[in-house]
Amino acid sequence: MANPKTLPGANGKRYLFGRLFIWTLLLAAAVLYLGPIYVVLSTSLKDLAEIRAGALLDLPHELNFTAWREAWSSACIGVRCEGLRPYFLNSVIMSVPSVAISTLIGALSGYALSLFRFRGANIIFALMLFGCFIPFQIVILPMAQTLGYLGIANSITGLIVVHTIYGISFTTLFFRNYYVSVPQELVRAATMDGAGFFRIFWHIMLPLSVPIIVVSVIWQFTQVWNEFLFGASFTSGGSQPVTVALNNLINSTTSVKQYNVDMAAALIAAAPTLVVYIIAGRFFVRGLTAGAVKG
Amino acid sequence: MSNPQQRKQQMSVLDRLQRYLPQLVVAPPFLLLVFFVYGFIAWTGFISLTNSRMLPTFDFQGIQQYVRLLAMDRWNVAFHNLLIFGSLYILFSITIGCVLAVLLDQRIRAEGALRTIYLYPMAISFIVTGTAWKWTLNPSLGIESYMQKLGWESFQFDWIVNRDMAIYVVVLAAVWQASGFVMALFLSALRTVDEDIIRAAHLDGASTTRIYFGIILPSLRPVFLSAFVILAHLSIKSFDLVVALTNGGPGYSSTLPANFMYEMAFRRNQIGLGAASAMMMLATVAAIIVPYLYSELRAKRHG
Repeated sequence: MANPKTLPGANGKRYLFGRLFIWTLLLAAAVLYLGPIYVVLSTSLKDLAEIRAGALLDLPHELNFTAWREAWSSACIGVRCEGLRPYFLNSVIMSVPSVAISTLIGALSGYALSLFRFRGANIIFALMLFGCFIPFQIVILPMAQTLGYLGIANSITGLIVVHTIYGISFTTLFFRNYYVSVPQELVRAATMDGAGFFRIFWHIMLPLSVPIIVVSVIWQFTQVWNEFLFGASFTSGGSQPVTVALNNLINSTTSVKQYNVDMAAALIAAAPTLVVYIIAGRFFVRGLTAGAVKG
Repeated sequence: MSNPQQRKQQMSVLDRLQRYLPQLVVAPPFLLLVFFVYGFIAWTGFISLTNSRMLPTFDFQGIQQYVRLLAMDRWNVAFHNLLIFGSLYILFSITIGCVLAVLLDQRIRAEGALRTIYLYPMAISFIVTGTAWKWTLNPSLGIESYMQKLGWESFQFDWIVNRDMAIYVVVLAAVWQASGFVMALFLSALRTVDEDIIRAAHLDGASTTRIYFGIILPSLRPVFLSAFVILAHLSIKSFDLVVALTNGGPGYSSTLPANFMYEMAFRRNQIGLGAASAMMMLATVAAIIVPYLYSELRAKRHG
């Protein structure tokens, strides 16, 4: 949008009124978006007496981190009272390899599909792309059986396999659309100089790919960390990821509800992706819009 | 000792291998997806035609599961909820996202910070979103009792425990999470609109409002379409948010098809019925996605 001040027809008073209107709306929206996270954070810092007094939107009287400590290391989830920590570690162990492997595979197949337009490349790409959109309910029954055959049912290894496979659709999309804009002459010239497929990939393409690698890693990490259906379907007890453990904690009906512990646990489970978002939000947005704008 | 003839042949094998390397590299991930996406779809389709209960069986019984499915109140409630949820979720997310994007496009000083605030819900999981809203909206200690204690005695907001309104709470939380994403989508498109056209329209005396409604927004039609397709397929996939927020309740008044499927397959030993409902979900997604992908990829090939 052009600078309104330099445009004709923007007189002072109307302009000021317009700015006031815009700012009011934008700030009201900001309050609504921040509301739930404020409520969760302030609840996590209150003690139970304060919470039961019903002052939902008030600031906590004092900063009290007991609930955080309990959520992390001693809250009871199912029969185990070790807090969220073991499940948090499960999620770390689960995400690191599945993010790394699916990004590597996506980079290679995106490279092959975009810069070497062999016959059928577009159809293969379209068929792979469809995997981004399927509701995963369609695969969980066969997958449960397959994981059983492979002997990795109810294990983090099983979840790594599942997340890697279904991540490939997205990572291939990212890299393919990124490499499409690389001039094919570059590859042709390198081939003339005697460089092979992998040498070109390693020495020319990868150094060019840093932004899209960041996009892919952030996207995959967010997806895998936040995923719930696979975790709930294929694991139980000690091998559950953090989202499933959090849900079990929140929806447990056995003991007295400790709302502050619940809220602290929710923030702990959300922390890694939130931190990534705050540090590298720009790349996160690119990942979100990559599938939409470029098809 | 190899004669030149033989060596030439070896070279050509290597050469050919080199030439087909791209195909060889794509083959493993492609075949993986063929098996784990298309093979599994066929597998689920097969299960949906059998009398499987706790374990998959080969007891073939035609479309019996689909007949049972369509006669079940639980399924019909879930599908009806999907229609309500899907249309409101898409409508509000696009409207709010679009308005925020246009407002942010007016040379706002703190644009970066505001954008970060609007979009952060997209970075957290549905389970966390559900937890946050469940707590905020719970009638005994949440926003309702807070307002009443402030002196607004008649304030009522008990949707989350109200059979007729619970699905709208799911809409509320889902829109909260997705509208920032739509904002980002529109904002990046608004940044590509040609400034000269806007300047020219201003010179002709058109107001900013008219320029947006008459010129800019109509030119964003492809973005509206993308946003629609993405939100539509996300709404069909919605599962975790309902689990964390209402757990489908009260009763099963706020279940969605995805929750129905999980319930049948993993809790009630009705694998055949679960598979049939999964096929219905897939058909709904495919009806939206396949034409979209087809037109997108075709357009690109010609462009």
